[in-house]
Amino acid sequence: MSYLSHADLGGRPNAERVVPEAEGELFHADWEPRALAVTLAMGATGSWNIDMSRAARETLGEYERLSYYQIWIAALQKLLAERQLAMPDELAAGRALHPTVPVARVLKAPDVAAALAKGSPTERSIGAPARFRVGDQVRTRGARVAHHTRLPGYAHGKQGVIESVQGAHVFADTHAQGLGEQPQWLYRVAFSGTELWCAEAAPGTSVALDAWESYLESAE
Amino acid sequence: MSHEHHDHEHSELGEMDLRVRALETVLAQKGYIDPAALDLLIDTYQTKIGPRNGARVVARAWVDPAFRDWLLRDGTAAIASQGYSGRQGEHMVVLENTPQRHHMVVCTLCSCYPWPVLGLPPTWYKSAPYRSRAVKDPRGVLADFGVTLPESTEIRVVDSTAEVRYLVLPMRPAHTEGFSEEQLAELVTRDSMIGTGLPLEPAR
Repeated sequence: MSYLSHADLGGRPNAERVVPEAEGELFHADWEPRALAVTLAMGATGSWNIDMSRAARETLGEYERLSYYQIWIAALQKLLAERQLAMPDELAAGRALHPTVPVARVLKAPDVAAALAKGSPTERSIGAPARFRVGDQVRTRGARVAHHTRLPGYAHGKQGVIESVQGAHVFADTHAQGLGEQPQWLYRVAFSGTELWCAEAAPGTSVALDAWESYLESAE
Repeated sequence: MSHEHHDHEHSELGEMDLRVRALETVLAQKGYIDPAALDLLIDTYQTKIGPRNGARVVARAWVDPAFRDWLLRDGTAAIASQGYSGRQGEHMVVLENTPQRHHMVVCTLCSCYPWPVLGLPPTWYKSAPYRSRAVKDPRGVLADFGVTLPESTEIRVVDSTAEVRYLVLPMRPAHTEGFSEEQLAELVTRDSMIGTGLPLEPAR
């Protein structure tokens, strides 16, 4: 399979403790807020969409060795180089060496508040009615796919129940591949712990996730 | 921590400082970014948008049953009515904790998090241990936060796999009759709105 995500961590063996953190502790190095801001500002140029940036991050070969904002920076450099917006030699030199490729928009300071307030809603109107209703039994896709997807590995080929119809949303799988929004109905689907983890399931636990319609088939 | 490790970490931080600075310089020279916009973005998430926003929404729901119903029915609109909306909170769903069911939110695939009400996610929320263990061993994860819930309470983990963002509405602590909204908001912790914690108990 040519596409491998290193970010699909749900259910993977991990014996490390989760370390709580105080509310005010946002950053752990001076470069981290800059990394956040430069990533948001370049996202605002419209040179890629959020699903493309998730795909760029999750396919980094060194994903597991990098800290969170190191992943953001490495993926940003990859996206910039792919579009010839900034090349590795320029980043090494610390100055522009190649002609500027135009971008669709530039986020200027006076527009920051409005841009954040607007966000990027993904809900769309589509003609087709929702195939499933609350309470329907469904089974998730079992096959792996060779592109970015938002169905976690632990939830492949599992039976669950539709808990909520969440509207029609931009389809992450096609959006990440540059194949357009192709909006589909989105559902919150709930699974019992035993369906997901069999005998290893912790008693009295369940998991719900959001799944696009094409991830699901009827299990009635 | 060994001396060698410390040195290594130190040089790595220096390297990242230089790398991010070079990126900013090149992108600004090419006119793709406005450095003043970057400063404003940082200031926004450091001083304006954080978990106190969500705490005010929760406190409101605790004192106003009509608002609570609206919040559970249409989280996006009810939260927007309090002035919180936009990036990474475009589609909000609020999940109510009860004695029968406790919700805990995770993003196993990346770090999706409701920014307008909680700000930027804490380090642990983005970490491999949390993302790996939350869906399979939620009671073990809760124990890392010092939280033990009755066996009769179902733990429902919600994995944010699309653009819907989840806020947990925790249960109002006992002995808070007569508390003002402001006093109640002070009891609402960030972790209680993710579901890895409970609200503070009032000082008695």
